Amino acid sequence: MSAQSDSLHTFTPQAFHRQAHDALGNPQIRANFRRAMDGLMAKRRDVFSDWDLETLRELGANIRLRALAKLPTLLEQLEANCEANGIRVHWAEDGEQACRIIRELCEARGAKSVIKGKSMVSEEMHLNAHLEAAGITALESDLGEYLVQLNEQTPSHIIMPAIHLNTDEISAIMQAKTGTKKTRDVDYMTAAARAQLRERFMAADVGISGVNFAVAETGTLCLVENEGNGRMTTAVPPMHIAVTGIEKVVERLRDVPPLYALLTRSATGQHVTTYFNMISSPRKPGERDGPEEVHLVLVDNGRSSIYQDDELLDTLRCIRCGACMNHCPVYTRVGGHTYGTTYPGPIGSILMPHMLGLEATKDLPSASSLCGACGEVCPVKIPIPDLLVRLRKEAAGEGRGNVKGAGAKRSRKEVAAWKSWQWLATHPSAWRGSTKLAGKFSVLTPSRLGPWTDHRTSPKPAKTSLHVLVQQHQAQTAPSAKLPAKGGPAKEES
Amino acid sequence: MTSVKLYPPKPQKVYFFGTCLIDVFYPQAGLDGIRLLEREGIEVIFPQEQTCCGQPAYTSGYHDEARKVAEAQLELFPEPWPIIVPSGSCGGMMRTHYAQLFAGTPREAQALSVAERVFELTEFLIHVCHVVLTDKGQPERVAMHTSCSARREMGLAETGPKLLAQLGQVELVEQVRAAECCGFGGTFAVRHPEVSAAMVEDKTQALEASGAERFVTSDCGCLMNIAGRFEHQHLAGERDSLAGEHIASYLWRRTS
Repeated sequence: MSAQSDSLHTFTPQAFHRQAHDALGNPQIRANFRRAMDGLMAKRRDVFSDWDLETLRELGANIRLRALAKLPTLLEQLEANCEANGIRVHWAEDGEQACRIIRELCEARGAKSVIKGKSMVSEEMHLNAHLEAAGITALESDLGEYLVQLNEQTPSHIIMPAIHLNTDEISAIMQAKTGTKKTRDVDYMTAAARAQLRERFMAADVGISGVNFAVAETGTLCLVENEGNGRMTTAVPPMHIAVTGIEKVVERLRDVPPLYALLTRSATGQHVTTYFNMISSPRKPGERDGPEEVHLVLVDNGRSSIYQDDELLDTLRCIRCGACMNHCPVYTRVGGHTYGTTYPGPIGSILMPHMLGLEATKDLPSASSLCGACGEVCPVKIPIPDLLVRLRKEAAGEGRGNVKGAGAKRSRKEVAAWKSWQWLATHPSAWRGSTKLAGKFSVLTPSRLGPWTDHRTSPKPAKTSLHVLVQQHQAQTAPSAKLPAKGGPAKEES
Repeated sequence: MTSVKLYPPKPQKVYFFGTCLIDVFYPQAGLDGIRLLEREGIEVIFPQEQTCCGQPAYTSGYHDEARKVAEAQLELFPEPWPIIVPSGSCGGMMRTHYAQLFAGTPREAQALSVAERVFELTEFLIHVCHVVLTDKGQPERVAMHTSCSARREMGLAETGPKLLAQLGQVELVEQVRAAECCGFGGTFAVRHPEVSAAMVEDKTQALEASGAERFVTSDCGCLMNIAGRFEHQHLAGERDSLAGEHIASYLWRRTS
């Protein structure tokens, strides 16, 4: 079994380097992610080929910015309209409180069995473990989540939770945990999972789902999905609890179509998903299905502290499409579990430091070459590379101190190194002297330079620096050189 | 909003900012860049006080240190002439991040003045000089690696290939995953050496598979990373090394 198939809680953000080492050394993980991400990148490219993508991204970004600008008002409006529709609204400051609210709602109904649709915020607050501890079974019904849960793992991608597993691994997991036959027949496995889940939908006391967009204007909860499990989760059990981060609110119903178009295309390259659910009330008199009770739990869990900072605020625009992961050259190589966090990849690296603090996540903001691919594909134009740099600044203790654990990565050694570099780079004659020395003693440059030379040869300083080459060149081409002016041609060494 | 860069007419004088990597490791690339500009009839001013744009500290989060180094560079370009940078990475730093670094400080106006006068070398040759190149070299298949900062931060994915396309004897071959990062990323290669190594290995494989006889790039960080990987494996007897060169040297060599 793969390194990323170890049991739950094995992966931590503190161990990023070790986990990256393990993942890089695992050909199965490398192949699974490369193949999957290449496919997703190609699908996204094709599905946007006849769209004015830039205009649509601009629109998406503006809708999200407008919603965030009015967030407190919109949340109040959402609460009022949901309540008017018969949806009970609950507020949770952190994951623990949200878990408690959900458990108490389940207990009030005497619920023992919960069926869940896909919800990253529930992963973020470790809801399943909380419910299990209270004697309530929570079963994931999204196929990927179901497989990950069977394998006692966490999702490795926010859209495709089991993307790290290949067909053979999935077959082995299902065989071991549910007694299906060993096969490579995907249809057989899907049908087997469906049969296993169907009974559980009918038997569940409570259905728990996430929310993609919560519409303030109408008090409507929108749920995007492909498998129908979301509809079963929210329609079959007598009680439905929707749980979402407070940032998922949008102002108007007409904000939804552009965001939905961006979401599905960015995530899986689909024009539309198989299901798009709009939930606006519990079952009404005379209706044949739907839950008797609907609850909405609005979770803060660090989001309002992000909200206070005018730069980091952009993080909250995210519509959870996962395109930044699919296009990230780091994520593609190491996979989601390496990050050791609920949200992996570029968005995780800017989101998780707020939730876990920079002590725990100090390697994540630096786990990017700042190539910019994430920012380029983000459907709501989150400036992810800029935010990574901002968090590096926080980690180095030079930011505004707005993130928990600011300064966690500042070390005496690193400070000394940057101070020396700064001195050299602000004393041009010393700089020129050192480059001259480096060139002169180039042959003495060590052939091994730490980890760099494990995979590459050591670069050798040139014998003559550009500063000197230019002086020689100017002497040749312009013997009657004009008087040097400030900032002008070659100055004498001072 | 997508911004459109408006280009000035060809000036009589320009400043040249050589970058620290070029200064120390690839000075010939800097000199060749200067010669390309001079051949266009432009006088090139190289302020001898220049050192580094400040990017390594900036991307590492040490912005106080980056600001002090950048401040020293701001002083070097007092006249309203364009500043030519033979690197998308340092060019992007000066064009985009100087404004952020000095926002709200007394040097903001100076930083903005520098930012709007910064041009990456291939960008300047194409859009301002409207350069016309005559190839004097032998037939050759070449792959271009455009750095991520040139491609995404400066929006210059096309200028390097356009210059190479002017060389009659050169066949420009496409590498698969041309838009994917080589794994350098400045201090990223040092902080996450194993991930970076996996990235550069894929890049060297892609360049090799392209059938190119050499690769050119307009960023010395990528050059150092990719060429270093090729050489390392060549020394280990695992593969032939594919030669790499800065585009300024390549263009100058083939057209002079």
